[in-house]
Amino acid sequence: MDIHEYQAKEVLSNFGVTVPPGALAYSPEQAAYRARELGGDKWIVKAQVHAGGRGKAGGVKLCSSDSEILEATEGMFGKKLVTHQTGPEGKGIYRVYVEAAVPIDREIYLGFVLDRTTQRVMIVASSEGGMEIEEISAERPDSIVRSTVEPAVGLQDFQAREIAFKLGIEPALTQQMVRTLKGCYQAFSELDATMVEINPLVITSDNRVIALDAKMTFDDNALFRHPQISELRDKSQEDPRESRAADRGLNYVGLDGNIGCIVNGAGLAMATMDTIKLAGGEPANFLDIGGGATPERVAKAFRLVMSDSNVQAVLVNIFAGINRCDWVAEGVVQALREVQVDVPVVVRLAGTNVEEGQKILAQSGLPLIRATSLNEAAERAVGAWKNDLGQNTHVRAV
Amino acid sequence: MSILLDRESKVIVQGITGKMARFHTKDMINYGTNVVGGVVPGKGGETVEGVPVFDTVKEAVEATGADASLIFVPPPFAADSIMEAADGGIKYCVCITDGIPAQDMIRVKRYMRRYKKEDRMILTGPNCAGTISPGKALLGIMPGHIYLQGNVGIVGRSGTLGYEAAAQLKELGLGISTSVGIGGDPINGSSFKDILEWFEKDPETDVICMIGEIGGPQEAEAAEYIRDNVSKPVVAYVAGLTAPKGRTMGHAGAIISAFGESASEKVEILEAAGVTVAENPAVIGETIAKVVNAA
Repeated sequence: MDIHEYQAKEVLSNFGVTVPPGALAYSPEQAAYRARELGGDKWIVKAQVHAGGRGKAGGVKLCSSDSEILEATEGMFGKKLVTHQTGPEGKGIYRVYVEAAVPIDREIYLGFVLDRTTQRVMIVASSEGGMEIEEISAERPDSIVRSTVEPAVGLQDFQAREIAFKLGIEPALTQQMVRTLKGCYQAFSELDATMVEINPLVITSDNRVIALDAKMTFDDNALFRHPQISELRDKSQEDPRESRAADRGLNYVGLDGNIGCIVNGAGLAMATMDTIKLAGGEPANFLDIGGGATPERVAKAFRLVMSDSNVQAVLVNIFAGINRCDWVAEGVVQALREVQVDVPVVVRLAGTNVEEGQKILAQSGLPLIRATSLNEAAERAVGAWKNDLGQNTHVRAV
Repeated sequence: MSILLDRESKVIVQGITGKMARFHTKDMINYGTNVVGGVVPGKGGETVEGVPVFDTVKEAVEATGADASLIFVPPPFAADSIMEAADGGIKYCVCITDGIPAQDMIRVKRYMRRYKKEDRMILTGPNCAGTISPGKALLGIMPGHIYLQGNVGIVGRSGTLGYEAAAQLKELGLGISTSVGIGGDPINGSSFKDILEWFEKDPETDVICMIGEIGGPQEAEAAEYIRDNVSKPVVAYVAGLTAPKGRTMGHAGAIISAFGESASEKVEILEAAGVTVAENPAVIGETIAKVVNAA
């Protein structure tokens, strides 16, 4: 789960990381008022969206008067911010964070991630702050400093000092760097984060180490033990299809194609998408309905897939292990009686009791297209979709 | 022979009193697995599916001589159960539980390093379907009847995609020595490389099939190992060729995205290591059959 910059800053400041004074606003007038409250003569207004690359996309503006703040934020509220991380649809701006501007001397990149190779938390830092880490690793790979944390004892002072020295931080600022690094690690480990990124971490001309931006992502599997973090969820930043799926315990990722997929198991779901593509179609989604394909889950899956207006055919691919094909078939039949599905539906069942399952589908009287192998299923789904387009009517074979 | 699990393995089920665990315990016993007990704290003395329940893994091991364990414990408590198994003398443990916090798994991996390598429990999973040595024993939740006994070793991250491969092999009359699910979580007990080492040593495995996915470094690491150390032919499939970059597809995919983590890069790296790659999941079986016939 992602949270907003202002929320991440509040979390990190509780762990000893220094952040600039700032305040949240829900309207241009409020933004201007917040700036006056903060004092000073230069402010940064920042669109709060769950995505990086905001600066280049016009979501971060430097202002030096009330009227500039009003003008900048009027261009933000209610608009979609499109950055290289949001996709073309962008993310809605409903909150703006106002911060007192800070005199910057140096910018540093600082990231904490779960490293799958060492299976530990890894700190990634670079003296090239302000750039995206992908750019840094492509253009200035030798500027990157890495350090892994021993989970039994946590981040040690010497490791933090090593990082500071490698980044060429002035010795007088080492203690501030150590406090920042240890604070981030402590927040990461105590709150079950999967990513903490401060880009940039700045050294000010008056020698302070300040997090100018902050991003945190949390492990969904650990939210049960951090209710205070769960409360920070902002559904306005999620793909509505994906949040609806998550609320129903389904694992869904919306894509741009026309063939809706309902599959059990993440690996098989990806393999099904690959087969559709090889057969000349484009998958509309990734959807893993999980191991137990109960009628309720199948029905929920159909509702979800059909809520995407791009879907012109549906492919159901269930490999029944412990849940037998006849149960799954009953689930599909029940779901199709409950949910309005006006596009061709191809069903491929495999595994335990497959013959009984096929029989139930055949006897249901529903206009289903049946398939036995993965290839056949994908070809029939793509064929049905193309056929459907050609004739502009919903012709379905049984 | 087979790897990790055979007819002699004495199995306990941690969390045996749960509904799912009872169901699968029965299924494993029916398959011929030597299930000798279960562990649920506070339920010691009860009996489930004809086997005794113990309060701790140590008691279960002492009373039954168990050397393998299957974990069905809910996510908040699963890491603790894995560590209990490692400390209790279990040699091989499969953790089925899906949804264990990543940092719990980091702690588990760290904890297991306190044992010397030769004494260290082997863990596969979490978030996997289990391991089966067809005709011998089943330690997991897969449908046993789709696996024929034979000489192909399978290792994969995904449960149902593994079923797909096994079913395609059965269709072609080909059998399996052992099929191991290593699970879809970012921090897992055993990697592809760990399991490849076992298959390379196993005299009953002649061909190895590896089923990978987008995300993570383990396929690239396996490719390097295959190139330098594996004499047996390896067939691979990598799911997610069509998955868009930067999106997580179910299994907690790319956390650090580096070269070698997209499906096409993995295919490239595996082919360069001499692995035969099936480009289409529908032809995993056929591709293995060709390699088996040529071997």
